[in-house]
Amino acid sequence: MWSGMGADFGDQPTKRGMQIFCVLLLQLYAAPARADAPLDYLFGAGPRNVASLTWGVLTISILVVLIITGVLLFAIFARRNRIPSTSSNERELVSRAGNPVAVIYAGLVLSTLVLFGVTIWTMMTLADIAAPPSTPKVTIEVTGHEWWWEVRYVGDDPSQTFTTANEIHIPVGEPVAIKLRSDDVIHSFWVPALSGKTDLIPGQINTTWILADRAGTYRGQCTEYCGLQHAHMGFQVIASPKEKFETWRKGQLRVASEKSVGSAGQRVFMQKCAVCHTVRGTPAGGRVGPDLTHLMTRGTIAADTLPNRVGYLSGWIADPQHVKPGSKMPRLNIDGQDLAQVRNYLETLD
Amino acid sequence: MTEIEYDRVPNVADESHGSERSARLRSLWESKPGLYGWLATVDHKTLGIRYIVTAFTFLGLGGIEALIMRIQLAQPNEHVLSPEQYNQLFTMHGITMILWYSLPILTGFSVYLQPLLLGCRDMALPRLNAFTYWVFLFSGIFLYASFLIGAAPDAGWFNYVPLASIEQDPGPNIDFYAMANIFLGISTTLGGINFIVTILRFRAPGMSINRLPIMSWGTLTISVASVLSIPAVSLAFFLLWMDRHFGTHFFDPATGGQPLLWQHLFWLWGHPWVYIIVLPALSMVSQALPVCCRRPLVAYSLVALATVLTMVLGFGVWLHHMFATGLPTMALAFFSAVSILIAIPSAVSLFAWLATIWTGRPDFSTTFYFFAGFIVVFVIGGVSGFMTGSVPVDWQLTDTYFVVAHIHYVLIGWNLFAVLGALYHWFPKMSGRMLDEKLGKISFWFVFIGFNVGFFPMHITGLLGMPRRVYTYSADMGWSTLNLISSIGAFVLAIGLLITLFNIMKSRRVGKLAGPNPWDADTLEWSTTSPPPPYNFLVIPTVASRSPLWEDRLGETRASTPDRGFALDHGKETLGTTMLDAVPDVIVKMPEDSLAPLLLSLALAALFTTMMLEAWWWLGASIIAILIITMAWLWPRRNLGEIEGSTS
Repeated sequence: MWSGMGADFGDQPTKRGMQIFCVLLLQLYAAPARADAPLDYLFGAGPRNVASLTWGVLTISILVVLIITGVLLFAIFARRNRIPSTSSNERELVSRAGNPVAVIYAGLVLSTLVLFGVTIWTMMTLADIAAPPSTPKVTIEVTGHEWWWEVRYVGDDPSQTFTTANEIHIPVGEPVAIKLRSDDVIHSFWVPALSGKTDLIPGQINTTWILADRAGTYRGQCTEYCGLQHAHMGFQVIASPKEKFETWRKGQLRVASEKSVGSAGQRVFMQKCAVCHTVRGTPAGGRVGPDLTHLMTRGTIAADTLPNRVGYLSGWIADPQHVKPGSKMPRLNIDGQDLAQVRNYLETLD
Repeated sequence: MTEIEYDRVPNVADESHGSERSARLRSLWESKPGLYGWLATVDHKTLGIRYIVTAFTFLGLGGIEALIMRIQLAQPNEHVLSPEQYNQLFTMHGITMILWYSLPILTGFSVYLQPLLLGCRDMALPRLNAFTYWVFLFSGIFLYASFLIGAAPDAGWFNYVPLASIEQDPGPNIDFYAMANIFLGISTTLGGINFIVTILRFRAPGMSINRLPIMSWGTLTISVASVLSIPAVSLAFFLLWMDRHFGTHFFDPATGGQPLLWQHLFWLWGHPWVYIIVLPALSMVSQALPVCCRRPLVAYSLVALATVLTMVLGFGVWLHHMFATGLPTMALAFFSAVSILIAIPSAVSLFAWLATIWTGRPDFSTTFYFFAGFIVVFVIGGVSGFMTGSVPVDWQLTDTYFVVAHIHYVLIGWNLFAVLGALYHWFPKMSGRMLDEKLGKISFWFVFIGFNVGFFPMHITGLLGMPRRVYTYSADMGWSTLNLISSIGAFVLAIGLLITLFNIMKSRRVGKLAGPNPWDADTLEWSTTSPPPPYNFLVIPTVASRSPLWEDRLGETRASTPDRGFALDHGKETLGTTMLDAVPDVIVKMPEDSLAPLLLSLALAALFTTMMLEAWWWLGASIIAILIITMAWLWPRRNLGEIEGSTS
């Protein structure tokens, strides 16, 4: 985030100076936007070498623009007056004398050197991040759906495997492998602060990895246009210390709470919702929508679109098409009483 | 009439007896007045202006779509548009600007200017020239008909499958795009062939390949590239249409198809296309900027080579649109390297322009204003492209507003700024009247400021993570202010363009008379009247240098003779020369006006419409109509020397 920029800078003083220069330039323009930008990646917690490459090419780019603009302005204004006008005719031709082809060659050599340098830097960074620094111990399968994310933790045996949605929990400080699939169209997996984009393409499995240095919540977003609700296809990555992650994982392995077994709300849920949604430990086994077994442990609903709070939850169930027009969750024409009951039931799924 | 001559040495003439011969040439070359002449004309000047007007109309349509989107995005959680409306608008905006504006506008300038620059009397294949115009127009109307039934294409201009498959998008939306794209491809491919023949074989005697006007280098290069690259995209859309309507499985993973096949075929055309729609614009700058700077272009040979080299490398970078699709690292590394190094030839052109300004004495005309602004935005668009060429950086930048900023700096910056400069430069030649310089400069400032206020902030919005193609965003993302600034800038830019439009409307009636050469420029188009007569040149000029009209003042021997050369007035004739040295080779008999191009393009429109409607009997009827019209078109004619024997 913008406020944390001081801490993330590279190590050498010269690079640091250039970075500060760029930041100042950017900040000048971006001042209004500084408040908070959760998908900002220039100050991320991902692989450092990518951040320094990004800063490097950004700095070169800004310098090139400034230098060329300077040369242009100088050529237009300063040079114009220096060339003696031999005749009174302003439109008299300037001869070919002083044809500065040598300068062009010099510029060409300089830019070629810079471009080759950046190419080599790119190759080195690419080789660095092509594979994670150590073999990941945790593998997560993420499947893209229109317009939400299915997240499956694969354990050594089936009893250690479970499915959740729109929220990826990872342990801090270790690389985590992500296997990407798609159920319908092409999506793209992006957690700006942790890693670049990898597409989810039907018919193939792509693999990427993420690593968070610091505990925290990182926003992710689908970045390949995927139809009506591409705009509302977000998710969260929650990085926590190993023990906390393990606690969460064990919690997710449980079947659903039995607090409301046989309640009116559960009956409504089975009638109206179970075709599409799974609640493990109950007959609800639909695979179309997200698994709701531990819905209340999640921070948001509708793929990071609304906070997971009572009012929003009711509004979403009552009319998903208002929040996400075109969403695959239909308007159920559910009456007030049923709505309250089903919401009460969902609130027990912790 | 006499027997047709197959073998004769043409008379050499100068401007004496000019009025007699000009009257004779005019009667041979001028289109008939009235509706027939309007529909049947093959005059490249009329067709060039039609191309320009039509392309600017599409620019207007695409611009209106953009402004509506900018209203939707001006604030978070806006409800001006539904998601479906937004998706259709951004898709149509992209398709319109990239396919129906960017190249056609450059084709318009080339169709108008190439024969004049080269010193011949029309394009090599005049009826084909009319045909490619009509096909361009009808394919655009075909595309926009989709709005009438509320089913415009909505899968983005690169139309990825499976989003564009029949299962995901069952309406006619995608079919409109598929058919219109193949339809337009016919125009572009044939237009490319026409330019190649014209530039290689219709140059004035003495205009050897190293004296080719630099603008012709741009057109020649991209014409070859169009012919080579368009088959890929036409094939892609044809296969998609087969998948959608005949149950083939080219792109369907469930049955062994491959979604990435679409991306390869599409970008195999798509990236060369980016260079196709900018190189002629850059070469117009290389052509007209030296005139503003009162000296010949610095490093002509390097700029010509750079143009060709950029295009060649442009065929080797398509994978950089697919860095995130899970390709092997080795492939990524190769394409990343080429994507970065392709900046080298662009840098050559840039340095040549700077050196031309540096060693020249710039004349502060509106054209120069646009070209100076062009250089600034050219560099910004260039460096953002260089950034996205680096794979690890691109994995962050791709599909965000940073890329939106980049493509607009390339398409508006490299194309529109150059086109506006060229418009102010060549409008006097086309209309005979000058555009108002004061209005022009006001227009420039609105365009330059509006463009940068509108699009520069998008780099930052992108660095702050805003994905492209979202119909709305929430207030807590930190993008609200930047989006509002972008929306304001877009409207300022639109005002700037409207001022130029007003300038055109006003100046074509009351502008100052231009005379043949108002800018004191150096190439052949300025040696004839403004606007040029239907036959372009009274005599075919002879050329001995790159700047035929400046020779005496550059201290070179005055050897070019714009006013003395082959008369070629035994019918509609022009001169064909050899490919490299431009030695006089053949007298070319040029065709009369003809309705065949219009009728054939109407029949093609019927063909694509019936394919859309799956009306197979009518499809058969259109094919028969196409065959009949083509036969009539190609039927040997005596006045073209296609039949031996005497004319009656």
